[in-house]
Amino acid sequence: MSNVGIVIVSHSPLVAEGTADMVRQMVGNEVPLAWCGGNGHGGLGTSVEAIMGAIDKAWSEAGVAILVDLGGAETNSEMAVEMIGEPRAQKIIVCNAPIVEGAVMAATESSGGASLKEVVATAHELSPS
Amino acid sequence: MAPLNLARLIAVAADTIAAHAEELTALDQAIGDGDHGLNMKRGFEAVRAEAGAFAAKPLPDALKAIGTKLVMTVGGASGPLFGTLFMALGKEIAADPDRASLTAAFGKAIEAVAARGKSQVGQKTMLDVLQPVHDALAGGKTTAEIADIADAAAEATVPMKALRGRASFLGDRSIGHMDAGARSTALLVRSVGQAIGESA
Repeated sequence: MSNVGIVIVSHSPLVAEGTADMVRQMVGNEVPLAWCGGNGHGGLGTSVEAIMGAIDKAWSEAGVAILVDLGGAETNSEMAVEMIGEPRAQKIIVCNAPIVEGAVMAATESSGGASLKEVVATAHELSPS
Repeated sequence: MAPLNLARLIAVAADTIAAHAEELTALDQAIGDGDHGLNMKRGFEAVRAEAGAFAAKPLPDALKAIGTKLVMTVGGASGPLFGTLFMALGKEIAADPDRASLTAAFGKAIEAVAARGKSQVGQKTMLDVLQPVHDALAGGKTTAEIADIADAAAEATVPMKALRGRASFLGDRSIGHMDAGARSTALLVRSVGQAIGESA
């Protein structure tokens, strides 16, 4: 698929799955989408390994935008992008946007064939700063 | 410096973290998300399980591999932070470092941790132990002195207000508790000192 992929990373698997479900119902299947959440041991948290897996799953040659909830999700996502390495890393961006609204807006933009830069910019418009 | 017995160092570090896992979790429960002890223990047990393989590598490669293992197994925000410390140290260190080159590499590793956590000294994090340890290394202190300096630095995070991580959500309520990451960093520093002391 040539549309930008969306990855949702929350400390809670329920939040991540629920957000992904919302994106699917509102945007449809035109966007590669993956989510991950929880520390892999049944607790709240985020896992670099799981994030790398989600990026693989949502991979698109157009790139991947990652939506995160709290600090650790951002740190772990940045680490995951670094460990994936070039050349793919330069096509992956961790967005500074609210996770639910950001994911829906980014996916909507992506479904219309927008570039990674445009998708991320749309998500960033939601960020209070 | 005496050649470092890396397998022994890993064993001492893993034992120390395991022995203090409940204490670390209790510290993290006060102002964090309450899983630091368990997370660190899981990570260091994973490193211990492959200690032989790590110890067989040249020091830079071993440190990078240990860092990667910590990233993948610690979980939570501590994984990338402690993982980055080891990975960056591995990237910068000489295969057979003297004190000056170790100090320089350690300084670079601290910069990498600060960049990863978008943090700096004074924000009630592991950096508040790492920096004084670096300064003590540069100042020619003994391993025993450095371990004491690390403990005192962790203690000095108690009156600080957290500005990074989960504890920062608490604002002023984070004051009066030791930072769990600072404490685990001090424990690791003492472990390294102990392992080096044994081989000296």
